[in-house]
Amino acid sequence: MTTATLPVYTKKDFQTDQEVRWCPGCGDYAILSAVQMVFAELRIPREKFVVISGIGCSSRFPYYMKTYGFHSIHGRAPAIATGVKIARPDLEVWVATGDGDSLAIGGNHTIHMLRRNVGIKVLMFNNRIYGLTKGQYSPTSELGKKTKSTPFGVADRPFNPVSLAIGSEATFVARSVDIFQAHLKETLKKAAAHKGSAYIEILQNCNIFNDGAWETLTEKDARSEQVIQIEHGKPLIFGKNRDKGIRLNGLDLEIVQLGNGITEKDLLVHDEKHPRPSYAFLLAHMGERPGFPTPIGVFRACDDVPRYEDMISEQIKQVQARRGKGDLDKLLHAGDTWEVRA
Amino acid sequence: MSTTMDVPSARKREIIEKAVIRFCGDSGDGMQITGNQFTNTVALYGNDLATFPDYPAEIRAPAGTLPGVSGFQVHFSSNDVYTPGDAVDALVAMNPAALKVNLADLKPNGILIVNLDSFKETDLRKAQMKANPLEDHSLDGYRLFTVELQRLTRTALKDVGLDAKSMDRCKNFFALGMCYWLYNRSMDSTMRWIEDKFKGKAQLVEANRLALQAGYSYCEATEAFQTTYEIPPAKLSPGVYRNISGNSALALGFVAASQKSGLPLFLGSYPITPASDILHELSQYKDFGVITFQAEDEIAGITSAIGAAYAGALAITTTSGPGMALKTEALGLATMIELPIVICDIQRGGPSTGLPTKTEQADLLQALFGRNSEAPIPVVAPATPGECFWMALEASRIAVKHMLPVIVLSDGYLANGAEPWRIPTTSELPEIPVKFETNPENFHPYRRDPETLSRPWALPGTPGLEHRVGGLEKEDVTGNVSYDPLNHEHMVRLRAEKVALIANDIPDAVVDGDQSGDLLIVGWGSTQGAITAAVKAQRAKGNRIGHLHLRYLNPLPKNVGDILKRYKRVLVPEMNLGQLVTVLRAKYLIDAQGYNKIQGKPFKQAEIEAKIEEFLD
Repeated sequence: MTTATLPVYTKKDFQTDQEVRWCPGCGDYAILSAVQMVFAELRIPREKFVVISGIGCSSRFPYYMKTYGFHSIHGRAPAIATGVKIARPDLEVWVATGDGDSLAIGGNHTIHMLRRNVGIKVLMFNNRIYGLTKGQYSPTSELGKKTKSTPFGVADRPFNPVSLAIGSEATFVARSVDIFQAHLKETLKKAAAHKGSAYIEILQNCNIFNDGAWETLTEKDARSEQVIQIEHGKPLIFGKNRDKGIRLNGLDLEIVQLGNGITEKDLLVHDEKHPRPSYAFLLAHMGERPGFPTPIGVFRACDDVPRYEDMISEQIKQVQARRGKGDLDKLLHAGDTWEVRA
Repeated sequence: MSTTMDVPSARKREIIEKAVIRFCGDSGDGMQITGNQFTNTVALYGNDLATFPDYPAEIRAPAGTLPGVSGFQVHFSSNDVYTPGDAVDALVAMNPAALKVNLADLKPNGILIVNLDSFKETDLRKAQMKANPLEDHSLDGYRLFTVELQRLTRTALKDVGLDAKSMDRCKNFFALGMCYWLYNRSMDSTMRWIEDKFKGKAQLVEANRLALQAGYSYCEATEAFQTTYEIPPAKLSPGVYRNISGNSALALGFVAASQKSGLPLFLGSYPITPASDILHELSQYKDFGVITFQAEDEIAGITSAIGAAYAGALAITTTSGPGMALKTEALGLATMIELPIVICDIQRGGPSTGLPTKTEQADLLQALFGRNSEAPIPVVAPATPGECFWMALEASRIAVKHMLPVIVLSDGYLANGAEPWRIPTTSELPEIPVKFETNPENFHPYRRDPETLSRPWALPGTPGLEHRVGGLEKEDVTGNVSYDPLNHEHMVRLRAEKVALIANDIPDAVVDGDQSGDLLIVGWGSTQGAITAAVKAQRAKGNRIGHLHLRYLNPLPKNVGDILKRYKRVLVPEMNLGQLVTVLRAKYLIDAQGYNKIQGKPFKQAEIEAKIEEFLD
């Protein structure tokens, strides 16, 4: 089907007849809506989309997307998706997962899918809690957090999902927020345009078990001070009056007040295409530091890394060009044979 | 019966029916290569044969120690061969440890070739031997030939320009050359192999050729051996043959299944002994479009295969017991979403890591029942290395036609053992028809074929068939998530019936030997050779015995119940604590008895015969 003959989709074309069963007020609704709108805009035949998930609240996602969908088992979505994408590189494979599904039980599959650079887009809903099992802590829960399984506080240090993805050699890593609809859609489109693996951490509220998970970032008054939007080629500026910036000091970052001789030219200019991950790491950990804003946007987007499935297809093509297409009869007779006569 | 005739070199040449030879040494001594070369040579000559490679789990246990001993046994004959042989006619022992571990299996007055150069005090100490067996008359009951393998090999290779260590590495071929002379075999095929193996390394080609030749000439020149042996070709059914191992046969079978179904082959696998060779072999066949994915773990091995099946590939995963345990949850998923995949479990000794390189049949109940809740899965089991080819095709056919996962149970003995295999013509291979759903009219992902109860295979990318599958319970027909109690019971029963219906699609079981009588031996998998040989020998003594060897373990062939009733007693030999016997007793309410061996080693013919005699007493 050429682009010209494609039906013009609307969000509705990606909605199923299934009753959505997330809790009223869940951040997942906003993410679902954004994804349905973005898919409608991508000019890709609907049947080419496959949405694959594991287990958890976020993993109910495929039931609500009118595409091919696969609600699998806990943590394994990246591995299933890898099988789909290698077997059928023409498909648009998206994974919906959460902080438990992707970073606890599915951590191994996540890091290996990213290092291989399989062309899969991962939407990781991070609400820093286990929702479906009713309120245990997750690998992204804060130290000291009191949950059902940690009545005296969480004692294990949390993962920083962006840092983990960059450490796994991911070629596209981004962060957005469930209720920042415009920013979320923009980020999803960038991920869709990326060739290899894309890992998008979506900060999401669980209004039942971890309400206000990201309140410090999402509250209207706090936003401009607590969040910094990073954009390729633009200096790192934030603050209500856009008068603060991030500057490099040795191998570390510092916040500077613009004015008094400090101008935008002194600030770091965001470079998502930097070939080495060091700078993206610095940014990834910025939000955890007192006084620093949390970055949202694309941390890293390197499109010149070959995709795993392309290399696999290429090997097959090369071997077939060299040996010709396999001949079963010849294969069965390969090596030493002898004949027994009647 | 043997006849003696004169040969030009004035030595006696005896024509004999069969021989069993075992090469043993340190795991660094190249015993597996030596054994494989000898096997190939006797196969090319036209003997029937069976092999038993037996190697340690450690890649290189400390040299010369007992845990480091590696062995390779070949039984070759001018008649049918069913087992690698209970006892050994000729033993080649490269060091004291190998002698100590293997001597018990050498027949009285058997040929014993030992490497004299490795019987120094330190070698004996490593093998925990207090006295030198070459000096204390403990080997007087054998025909002992002590040969300075190391010194003679070094002498033969002195002009090649290799260092001492590299020269010593060729001494296994000196021993092989001796065995070729002893059994009147041509060195041609090994010479060709050497050239191919060491292509571009002229020194190594020359060294190995010289060592082989030197061993042969040594026997020719010395008076050590007064007799050589000749084993005429076997009368196999006509056709073109090759030598094949079970793992190799599985790999070829899946390539054939891919060709016959027109589906691209996808293997998702994580390396594990003794299954890895299937991954190695299939990774070579890119010219057949085969995709091999070495996954990050066992779970990703099977789940990637499920993904590939969902996307329309002939998807398989290969593993052994511990990996099978890890794949359990995904097997349930495959059962629930009803997609075709084939899981090969190459069983090994367990539980846990167990005996990685030794054989066992103790995963049967795991294959049949080892999942949470009611998750029946068809199980098939090849009985010989060559049969692995056919069972790969059969498992693929069942999976695709009935839309479900199928388990193939092989084991370490079949995987590494080899036999002559008649190569089928492509027209002998079964068709594997595949139908993908394309019609959006009234499409429902769980609407079933009335005959097989299989659901349609609707591939992503097909316009109008967008649908959702998953591990949650399905509503019948629509496939929508359903928690309805009656629907759940209906679906559980439906999935069970779907597997049970496969009984209509598999051949009836066939009994070898007496069709009714005093005793029926029921076996499955790799015990076939030993049981066949034992039953044959016992029937020759006038006993009325039948042998039922099951290739289909779930569902069982429809006539099994009737067969069991035709015998007074039923004996089930298994390399486990009695798993098939448990199933037969439960399903058919018969007093079948188990005979169990759990030593990481296959049954010997004599062991089964002794049990039969005990039963018939």
